[in-house]
Amino acid sequence: MAVDDTTTRTDATAQRVLGSPALRREGRAKVTGTARYAAEHTPPHCAYGWPVAAAVPRGSVTGIDDGEALALPGALAVLTHDNAPRLGEPDDPTLRLLQSPRVPHRGWYVALAVGETLETAREMARALRVSYAEEPHDSLVSADHPELYHPEQANGGYPGDRETGDFDAEYAAAAHRFDLTYTLSPLHNHPMEPHAATAVWEGGHLIAYDSSQGATLVGQTLAALFGLDPKQVTVVSEHVGGGFGSKGTPRAQVVLAAMGARHTGRAVKVVLPRRELCSVVGHRAPTIQRLRLGARDDGTLAALGHEAITHTSTVDEFVEQSAVPSRVMYGADGIRTGHQVVALDVPTPSWMRAPGDASGMLALECAMDEVATELGIDPVELRLRNIPEREPDSGKPFSSHHLADCLREGARRFGWERRDPRPATRRDGHLLLGTGVAASTYPVLVAPSTASVQALGDGSDPSYHVRVNATDIGTGARTVLAQIAAEELGVPLDAVRIDVGSSDLPTAPLAGGSSGTASWGWAVHKACRELRESGGSIVTVDTTSDVQSLEEYARHAFGAVFAEVAVDTVTGEVRTRRLLGVFAAGRILNARTARSQFIGGMTMGLGMALTEHSSLDPALGGFVEKDLAGYHVPAHADVPDIDAHWIEEHDPHLNPVGGKGIGEIGIVGTPAAIANAVHHATGRRYRELPLTPDRVGVLLVE
Amino acid sequence: MIPQRTATSSTVTLHVNDTAHTVTVDHRTTLLDVLREQLDLTGSKKGCDHGQCGACTVLLEGRRANSCLLLAVAHDGAHLTTVEGLGDEERPHPLQQAFHERDAFQCGYCTPGQIVSGVGMLCEAAEGHPSHATPGSVLQRATGAPAELDRDEIRERMSGNICRCGAYPHIVEALEDVTEQTLRRTDGAARRTEGVSA
Repeated sequence: MAVDDTTTRTDATAQRVLGSPALRREGRAKVTGTARYAAEHTPPHCAYGWPVAAAVPRGSVTGIDDGEALALPGALAVLTHDNAPRLGEPDDPTLRLLQSPRVPHRGWYVALAVGETLETAREMARALRVSYAEEPHDSLVSADHPELYHPEQANGGYPGDRETGDFDAEYAAAAHRFDLTYTLSPLHNHPMEPHAATAVWEGGHLIAYDSSQGATLVGQTLAALFGLDPKQVTVVSEHVGGGFGSKGTPRAQVVLAAMGARHTGRAVKVVLPRRELCSVVGHRAPTIQRLRLGARDDGTLAALGHEAITHTSTVDEFVEQSAVPSRVMYGADGIRTGHQVVALDVPTPSWMRAPGDASGMLALECAMDEVATELGIDPVELRLRNIPEREPDSGKPFSSHHLADCLREGARRFGWERRDPRPATRRDGHLLLGTGVAASTYPVLVAPSTASVQALGDGSDPSYHVRVNATDIGTGARTVLAQIAAEELGVPLDAVRIDVGSSDLPTAPLAGGSSGTASWGWAVHKACRELRESGGSIVTVDTTSDVQSLEEYARHAFGAVFAEVAVDTVTGEVRTRRLLGVFAAGRILNARTARSQFIGGMTMGLGMALTEHSSLDPALGGFVEKDLAGYHVPAHADVPDIDAHWIEEHDPHLNPVGGKGIGEIGIVGTPAAIANAVHHATGRRYRELPLTPDRVGVLLVE
Repeated sequence: MIPQRTATSSTVTLHVNDTAHTVTVDHRTTLLDVLREQLDLTGSKKGCDHGQCGACTVLLEGRRANSCLLLAVAHDGAHLTTVEGLGDEERPHPLQQAFHERDAFQCGYCTPGQIVSGVGMLCEAAEGHPSHATPGSVLQRATGAPAELDRDEIRERMSGNICRCGAYPHIVEALEDVTEQTLRRTDGAARRTEGVSA
């Protein structure tokens, strides 16, 4: 087994373009402040929009008095459901903005104030008098909620419920039965750049600078909403300040900006206030997950049941697919996985980094740790014993599967063999110390894309221009796509110029589902190969038929995360001392940016375990933890040195580039590794996350 | 120039990156919005508009400040350094270069604030300002001697700048690369960070 170590890597492959730790192409622009994000394009005579959020948890708008707002100096317009442009029916009902007086949840936008300046627009929004007919609301999911139902599908198109073998019989007959429930609060994406858009109509052409994970989809959506041909819309997402799923679908800011611009005849800039993001850009829905594991004496599973309860909104059905990873991870004779959901008067949940896997693997991997502890089997060994030959749910062969290598290599690097399995036996003053492990998984996704490449210069000094509407949300997409092109064309990296981030470029899928590089890279690779083989000057390709003719394999990335924690017995504070991840995610295309993605994902997993907590207000509706003072994303002092490594994995059944996607797997597994380490430190099982001092401290003194 | 004032606006002069800008500002306008919307200096970012994230960090008279919390009208005559004033793409500041080489960012949105904060932090440490992570009692810490910046010190002192991409370990490495000595050798940065209040 070859293991890539980014710091000491000196082997021959380092000389190649693809896989090398090339610097980010836009790096200089980002560190010197010249990279412009969506709100940093200010066309001439630009006006400013400020959205107005519903102040009731459910009901309808009965009147909007805009007299005071419009009397303010510099006021331009107030858009409401009475006067806003009529929109075509969107595929995504959360974009049906200002079309009716209905208020489905607190924070839903009911108006847009437009003024000459930001300050005026904000003051106008404050001065608007909105009256409501308020209705009784319900915002709390519970395991016995009377309106729970089994959805046909969960997010990602997965069947809601699945069963292989006879779960009930296997579980009833199992030598050791575990019936465990894990509760996870809602979580918020909170990219550092709030959702922002600047829109301007030039004749019948709509130009929008939007903070988005995919400008192609935003352009198509705006065209449908405003009754335009897609060619009449240009969406630019050149630099995007993170998204983590919340910018994967078009969001309110770009629709409001385009409406405001059409209504006023001016360019309009709209930046969603940080405190309103939780209401309108999606969130990871809360989950209550019941795990029933039936184990044999040797720790192998006879039965695996994973049933997830979650919420959605009355606007749209989105079901966090938390039980889906249990269809992939471990072999058992009877497996039952299912979802129940209830539509509440809450903001609509959506994608947040590794939907389903991050939440589901928390429950499954904590449950596996409980089995290991109870049966006296090392947690690494327990997982090794349960790795299946084929994907349990589908019966398909795996295209590649290196979880065992990740576990063993991680254990070696972490020093796992020196671990004393007894809980609550290591003290450092008033601190209790412990270590834990968990596995990670994320599916390999790929979508059709187009791309073009043009030969520039003469034969003696060739250079190439690659064009594809990829989006760089921080992954280093420009850099890695240029590497793919340079490798295939056999030229140095600086001989490749690349344009991404505009819907005027060849259409491409969004940066999401860890699928961006595989999808765009496939098209770039194909274009470069055809150009090289044809000797022509320009080639445009489409990978639709290639993607559709993929063989039948179960394709997943895997990993193992190890954590060491210190638990303060006085305050209940849990601090992570070490985090180590080893991943098997196909070919790693840029060692530098890949390491950043793994570490970044693990950091978000640390937040999920220890700091990030949100809740819905049962009396008032809406989220309580609205901003970064209430919702605690990890800060510098929370995050220790993090090691991320990877297995050199060659999988011939993926795509010509060979990568599985790395944007999401880092978050998966990390929360369970930390929670399991807390058990090892304290001897207490905490099945409700995050492990904040109030929860941990209270249990420690019991 | 005599400041012009109305009930709702005033004319102020801001010295930004050694350039004087005389602008008429709405009394409600923050320093951050003047930079971004009136002076087209969009390197300083708006992440939260509440002083919670640090993306808007500038040096005000040589000290770190959240520019989203400061009203421009109250800063007539002030000297500011923004990320644009530290270096440019042709001649980046050593810390900007270190951030690039260490891959100390992903999306880049918190990055200008991290870098400006880092420059300010290194100066504070050189001047002996203690932090919560500095060993010893409060009196022992406040000696005025330069603070030794180990990783815990860097993490503590940089905790006002949030990075959602999780680049913290690489940010620490970048800051370790740029020692106080390097800063002082770089005449532009030293002048800007030490001499702005002169």
